Amino acid sequence: MENKDIVIPATDDPDTAGFWAAARERRLVVQRCGDCGKMRFPPRPACTCGSFAMGWHEVSGRGRVWSYGVAHAPTLPAFADLVPYVFAVIELADAPHLRMVGNLATSAKAAINSVPQDAVAIGDEVTVAFRPVTDEVTLPVWIPATQSEVVQ
Amino acid sequence: MSTLTIKDRVAIVGMGETEFGKGLAGSEMELACRAIRTALDEAGIAAHEVDGLSCSNMEATHEEDLADTMGFGDITFFSRIPAGGGGGCGTVGQAAMAIATGQAKVVVVWRSRKRSGRASRVWGKTAQEVTDYEAWLRPFGMIRPVDDIAPMARRYMHDFGATREDLGRIALTFRANANQNPRAMMQAKTLTMEQYLGARWISEPLCLFDCCLETDGAVAFVLVSAERAKDCPTKPAYVHAFAQGITPGSSLMANYNLDDPYRLQTYAAATRLWRDSDIQPGDVKVAQIYDAFTPEVLWSLEGFGFCERGEAADFVRRGEIGPSGKLPLNTAGGSLSEAYIHGFNLISEAVRQVRGTSTAQVDDVDSAFVCSSEGVPTSAIVLR
Ligand SMILES: [Zn+2]
Repeated sequence: MENKDIVIPATDDPDTAGFWAAARERRLVVQRCGDCGKMRFPPRPACTCGSFAMGWHEVSGRGRVWSYGVAHAPTLPAFADLVPYVFAVIELADAPHLRMVGNLATSAKAAINSVPQDAVAIGDEVTVAFRPVTDEVTLPVWIPATQSEVVQ
Repeated sequence: MSTLTIKDRVAIVGMGETEFGKGLAGSEMELACRAIRTALDEAGIAAHEVDGLSCSNMEATHEEDLADTMGFGDITFFSRIPAGGGGGCGTVGQAAMAIATGQAKVVVVWRSRKRSGRASRVWGKTAQEVTDYEAWLRPFGMIRPVDDIAPMARRYMHDFGATREDLGRIALTFRANANQNPRAMMQAKTLTMEQYLGARWISEPLCLFDCCLETDGAVAFVLVSAERAKDCPTKPAYVHAFAQGITPGSSLMANYNLDDPYRLQTYAAATRLWRDSDIQPGDVKVAQIYDAFTPEVLWSLEGFGFCERGEAADFVRRGEIGPSGKLPLNTAGGSLSEAYIHGFNLISEAVRQVRGTSTAQVDDVDSAFVCSSEGVPTSAIVLR
């Protein structure tokens, strides 16, 4: 990959490997308890109901911006050329109590600073896309509804 | 079962602080030893009497090395409290528990940090491959603690009408307190709202002055039983109540997965603390609230019951956290303007308020509240 400083998640943790395996297949999943049906994120080895029957459940990939921040310097070398960039907390449409951190971009391949902050507001609708960054790691990225119209 | 309690049975009888600054000479270990030496001397207690230790789990100084260096006796109690800034009051509380239950007689708690250099920042050492909770944050460019706080702050401002000026009022209030405090790193630097609003962004909506200082320095305390405290030359600061807190779904800083994201760790600590305390939120005349970032002050004011949910910004706007307000806060300048020793210098200031020796002394103080970091597994104490 072009940026050797990039920060990547470990994909071999038994509790979370299923999330990253699904992301490689361009599917967004959260855990769902096989006994009580409760959805969970981030992944855990058990459900609060006591069950260990945790399975993966594909969600629609639609969500809303619950909140966001805008990072400025100083930061790590991998992100230094990208500041200022937005990072968002996305509330999932299928499970509004579950929130995922991710970047906004105009397309799966566009940079994480491609959506300027004045185009972002709490409540904005977004849809997931996937960006492969290494052979093992594909990161979800979120395309704002307003931006995808612009691109199309 | 009879009610067991630590209430007023243990006291802080010695306190030691090094200079607070940037680029201090000496290792973290030396700074720790100097603060502890001062605390023991103040208490009139010999090093060989120390038999208990409690510190943060981020402490680089090892217990056995400290015991060897200082000449402590046999150590029969030691504990480390997790979660960085959430642990400060926990060290004091667990020391009090150890003494009240007879596990130890003389307990030293301490925190030593050399963090003034940029190379020493924890976020600067982020691994290329991240695990655990960091796996859901760092790959997306949320690298620093301030990045974890920024979305929480923005959503709070959106939901409850808090403004940048409200955050600025917190920074200005604490700075004015620091301007009276010769130990404060910012004693000589005043801060205006214009300067605050014009400061560079760090992680929007938070700017430079929403973030705490980075400091070299150490703080230490010596605790003994209330009976032993009578023989010490200092005025004892009794540990009246203590609690720790984790709420379901809460995390380290990035608390986006609670059903209610503002029912943070303090809510758990508060329930327990006020249940055990004869002094209630309305009785507290001075408080030291953990302030690594200004929004944490709002959330802790609400979490500990000094304000209703969503009303803390208005409390600040009315001037209630200033020297003539209902609840003067961070009277030495706090983490924002005195020094950032992971909140341990907030405990020192509470001890000074109880002793009547603060540079911003509040009249008729009969107790002092201190809390550790909001947004992480946390802790709080009431001293009297
Ligand atoms: Zn279940």
